[in-house]
Amino acid sequence: MSSVLYDAQGPRAKRRNIIFTVVFVVAMAALLWWVFGTLNDKGQLEWVLWKPFFSGTEAWSTYIWPGLENTLKAAALAVVIALPLGAVLGIARLSDHVWVRVPATIVVEFFRSIPVLVLMIFGLALFAEYTNVSSDDRPLYAVVTGLVLYNASVLAEIVRSGILSLPKGQGEGAMAIGLRKGQVMRLILLPQAVTAMLPAIVSQLVVILKDTALGGAVLTFPELLASANTMSGYYGANVIASFTVVAVIYIALNFLLTSFASWLERRLRRAKKSTGAVLRADDVETADAGTGGKV
Amino acid sequence: MFDFVNDYDLLGAFWTTVQLAVLSAVGSLIWGTALAAMRVGPVPLMRGFGTAYVNTVRNIPLTVIILFTSLGLNQTLGVSLGANDVESINFRLAVLGLILYTSSFVCEALRSGINTVPVGQAEAARALGLSFTQVLSNVVLPQAFRSSVVPMANVLIALIKNTTVAAAIGVAEAALLMKEMIENEAQLLLISTVIALGFVILTLPTGLILGWVGKKVAVKR
Repeated sequence: MSSVLYDAQGPRAKRRNIIFTVVFVVAMAALLWWVFGTLNDKGQLEWVLWKPFFSGTEAWSTYIWPGLENTLKAAALAVVIALPLGAVLGIARLSDHVWVRVPATIVVEFFRSIPVLVLMIFGLALFAEYTNVSSDDRPLYAVVTGLVLYNASVLAEIVRSGILSLPKGQGEGAMAIGLRKGQVMRLILLPQAVTAMLPAIVSQLVVILKDTALGGAVLTFPELLASANTMSGYYGANVIASFTVVAVIYIALNFLLTSFASWLERRLRRAKKSTGAVLRADDVETADAGTGGKV
Repeated sequence: MFDFVNDYDLLGAFWTTVQLAVLSAVGSLIWGTALAAMRVGPVPLMRGFGTAYVNTVRNIPLTVIILFTSLGLNQTLGVSLGANDVESINFRLAVLGLILYTSSFVCEALRSGINTVPVGQAEAARALGLSFTQVLSNVVLPQAFRSSVVPMANVLIALIKNTTVAAAIGVAEAALLMKEMIENEAQLLLISTVIALGFVILTLPTGLILGWVGKKVAVKR
């Protein structure tokens, strides 16, 4: 194998690789041994603590599924509301009119530079003070509000760079055949931009899904993480076991989404009909120098 | 109108935020570079480990990781990272969680920098007779670092915003102070604006300056 960093390996390099591998294996084995030993000392490997997840459905039906349902509900609501909002803001940022462009830019840059947790805490107090949403629903409303405010501005950037990623000739050609500005955007640019930015939107879903966990930890929103916390209390403080199960669920969900995003990206790059403009799934923020939000 | 601000340690809270961000940034730069070295290196097992680490950690919410450092590492396994009082234990645990999480993004930012260097650059350097170290230090890495400035800046900004997650384990940083202030005072909009502006002051200039530097040093291809 040859890469930009090193050439195809000769016998000496191969021997060195074997030494590195052995050293690495020994180090990892020592680390694993230590972790295993600590877990064992604290009695965290007892079957009683792990049993609820493997035998019987009580843990799943009482804690995990309802929690997962809330996580997915908050994420889905946030996406559904944030997408149109983001599209409007993104298009507004490309407007020819200063009085549309500048406010949209300020809104997007402002909400992108604030932590989503701050927006959620703000949302919780806002609903408590100015609306009569019942206190049971308030955490959900607050989580969705925070996620929408933040992700609408991130999606606005995705929409903007999606439209900008199209070849100039598309817009110019549409103008040349006499379409109005709105028609150019609606009939020519947006439909192509949507395909170009699909992978980026799907991988933004991962960010949204991960951020719902904040609601559980800080706002008492009963999502997956919060219910895992309650669960570990119920099953005799099996923190290690229940966090492992929850982490595996998050990893599986997000891995599915990430794989779907990169599959979409590959597929769109192969497609012959399109202009070939595709926004990469993993780094929209590199398209401009503003405040990134993928992490 | 602003009287109540004096009752709270606003600057102290943001100072904690800055401390969290700086310590985690240094830590994740070190661990992230090590991970990137493993991921692009010639040893298959280390490559596998790097890839597995990044793909696993990136997909776990930071909140889960930070909460686990407190409930799992500290309260269940008794890890205290050499601190004695609850406050500094939680602070150190939060830094540990932020480092574990952010380093996977640092690794990806560095790797994307290396990926922008065309193979022809290294091949030409080898054809000139440069040694492995010369190829790396004179040709490949200078170009790679210059194109990873912008992705690294984005990671840093996200890290500054992510420090608020430490509020979940009771580290007295800006978001926790905001929660406390909102509970005690009837000045929701004012409090939120002050906290929000604090974060805008921290993140926006970082983005603008590093973005400008990134554009300036980027290799034009």
